[in-house]
Amino acid sequence: MTSYFNEMYQGKSVRVPYARLQDWMNSMPAELRQMKQAEAEALFRRIGITFAVYGEGGDPDRLIPFDMFPRVFSGAEWAKLERGIKQRARALNAFLVDVYGRGEIVRAGRIPARLVYLNEAYEKAVVGFVPPKGVYSHIVGIDLVRTGPDEFFVLEDNCRTPSGVSYMLENREIMMRMFPDLFRENRIEPVDSYPEILRRTLASVAPMKCDREPTVVILTPGHFNSAYYEHSFLADLMGVELVEGQDLFVEGEFVFMRTTEGPRRVDVIYRRLDDAYIDPLCFRPDSMLGVPGLMDVYRSGGVSICSAPGAGVADDKAVYTYVPEMIRFYLGEEPILNNVPTWQCGKDDDCKYVLSHLNELVVKEVHGSGGYGMLVGPKATRDQVEMFRGRITANPHNYIAQPTLALSTTPTFVAEGIAPRHVDLRPYCLVGERIELVPGGLTRVALTEGSLVVNSSQGGGVKDTWVLAE
Amino acid sequence: MLLTVDHVTRYFYDQPVRGVVQSHRLMPSQCAGQKVLKWKVSVSDGQMGGGFRDGAGDWVQGWTVLGPVNEITVHVTGQVDTVDQAGVLRGHKELTPPDAYLRKTHPTDADTGLAALADGLTTAKDALSAAHDISARVSDAIVYTPDTTNAHTTAAEALAQGTGVCQDQAHAVIAVCRHIGLPARYVSGYLLVGIDGAAHDAAHAWAEVFIAGLGWVGFDPANRCCPDDRYIRLGSGLDSLHAAMIRGIARGQGEESLDVSVTVQAAQTQSQTQQ
Repeated sequence: MTSYFNEMYQGKSVRVPYARLQDWMNSMPAELRQMKQAEAEALFRRIGITFAVYGEGGDPDRLIPFDMFPRVFSGAEWAKLERGIKQRARALNAFLVDVYGRGEIVRAGRIPARLVYLNEAYEKAVVGFVPPKGVYSHIVGIDLVRTGPDEFFVLEDNCRTPSGVSYMLENREIMMRMFPDLFRENRIEPVDSYPEILRRTLASVAPMKCDREPTVVILTPGHFNSAYYEHSFLADLMGVELVEGQDLFVEGEFVFMRTTEGPRRVDVIYRRLDDAYIDPLCFRPDSMLGVPGLMDVYRSGGVSICSAPGAGVADDKAVYTYVPEMIRFYLGEEPILNNVPTWQCGKDDDCKYVLSHLNELVVKEVHGSGGYGMLVGPKATRDQVEMFRGRITANPHNYIAQPTLALSTTPTFVAEGIAPRHVDLRPYCLVGERIELVPGGLTRVALTEGSLVVNSSQGGGVKDTWVLAE
Repeated sequence: MLLTVDHVTRYFYDQPVRGVVQSHRLMPSQCAGQKVLKWKVSVSDGQMGGGFRDGAGDWVQGWTVLGPVNEITVHVTGQVDTVDQAGVLRGHKELTPPDAYLRKTHPTDADTGLAALADGLTTAKDALSAAHDISARVSDAIVYTPDTTNAHTTAAEALAQGTGVCQDQAHAVIAVCRHIGLPARYVSGYLLVGIDGAAHDAAHAWAEVFIAGLGWVGFDPANRCCPDDRYIRLGSGLDSLHAAMIRGIARGQGEESLDVSVTVQAAQTQSQTQQ
């Protein structure tokens, strides 16, 4: 029987960060709790925050369950996470500048050329272009899991347009409204500066030809996108315009936005649109969502695009295994946060190991997402295991395998009262002229007993995430 | 050889369009054997946008036209002094790693038919011979026949019907080369056809294959040769779309039609006709 690290209790004693929550928890009778839970749901509905996280699909109008029991980190725990996350964000950006430049890491034999240059996310169109301040990925979402007091692992990196930050902000807002006393009793680091730091970060990477206070916009695919709420929410909080492709146009060397007062030049575009769709003259010619000619303006220094086209090559699952190597290669440092040990079936020895331990491992497709094309060994049937054995043997390069991790738990309100449930964490690191991280992130929780799957499509919920001031 | 180029592309819209945005690869490559004496690109009512040299060494230039317009003319004129380099691209500055040209694209995806054109060929000993063989086999398998394919025909489709134009043949060479692990790309440019100096309704295209130790080498399956001093190289890409001389889009409801006229002449021929 696997034992899981409980973030609140160590045996019978309460771990320090959770000390004050013990009383709060005990002082809440079942009726009050139900009342509060109903109140929270009403608030979420009123705000209208109902989108699916991380492009998981599903009903976009469905409310993701909010669990009122906060997840807490001590200041010291967070300090280490912060250093590790920023280190990773620096290395990922250094990698991107390198592989679109001279490719030193490939020449040095530290990462296979085919993994980088044949990668679908590698954009030939931006080779030789260095974005302002040398930043490709301006918002780096790093998914973390915890397995012990000091054991944290990075599950994956998200260098393109990680979503979910609106939950971080809303969860806090709602907790503060419902339990103001908690925020008087605990010294909790605020997260509400995120939109302003994001705006400042975006403004700091204004293009070469911008000689004034930069105009920033958010480019959304439109209201049918599952994260549209988040796009409009962030635009609102940053005080910038939310635009669709048709609201922008290229004239001469610049990009303009149509406004009621006439065209207005745009300097920085925070796009929540995949590379393939942003410019039909450079990428998919049939895309109606983007802005024709945008890439020519971008590459000639007339506008900045965040994240930079091509950033996705750094967050691929096969490239992931080389991030510790990137940290050593570019920064000359040892990784502060560990990767999950990963076997690459494309390597003979790894493949042999994976095939003889399929019952214990999680097997993933290199380009898969949203839990598709995945084998969870310990929970799989014999047929499923055999099916994967066949697939891996036929196309080993397409698969990686990882151990099944013992995700930590935190107390969670459930029908029977309070019980431990498994959690993960996504903090959002902002990279521009400076690298900044607001103390917090999005905690996802698997609400089903025993479940290790935190995805909202499979019964996952969200929690407020606290970092205590030292 | 002194080559003069006159290349006119006219776009007609049956209703006025609100504006047009284009991205051009219309400047001769900076490489050995191509000395540009004169070169000019103009776009009627156009405003020049941002321009830059990309990782493949091409000059990419944006243009916009503010409507309403019914018609746009892109006019390229120039004079280039060329020297035969036996098909090898020399002195060309580029940063894109050759491995990036191993990626499949829709028109260059090798089906079993294309893969079969590589039968018996390996890159291990003599990649250059393999590339020559591939180009020759493609010339035989896809017979140059105008008006049997269109801009969206894939290499596999052209091979299946056995006919096509330079675009289809270049796509096929690229597909087969990539299939055996040779980086290959599509090149667009101009070719002096015959000595009559007559106008043609299309520019030219061929393939380049990366040969270790030698670099990029051109192959023109349409003319069963490697590019020489009759050729002017402009730009390259993974396939015809990515190497296009002009990519453009119009804002508005107007239906677009196109008229292209390309005249390439050797200067001596020109001076003779003037006498």
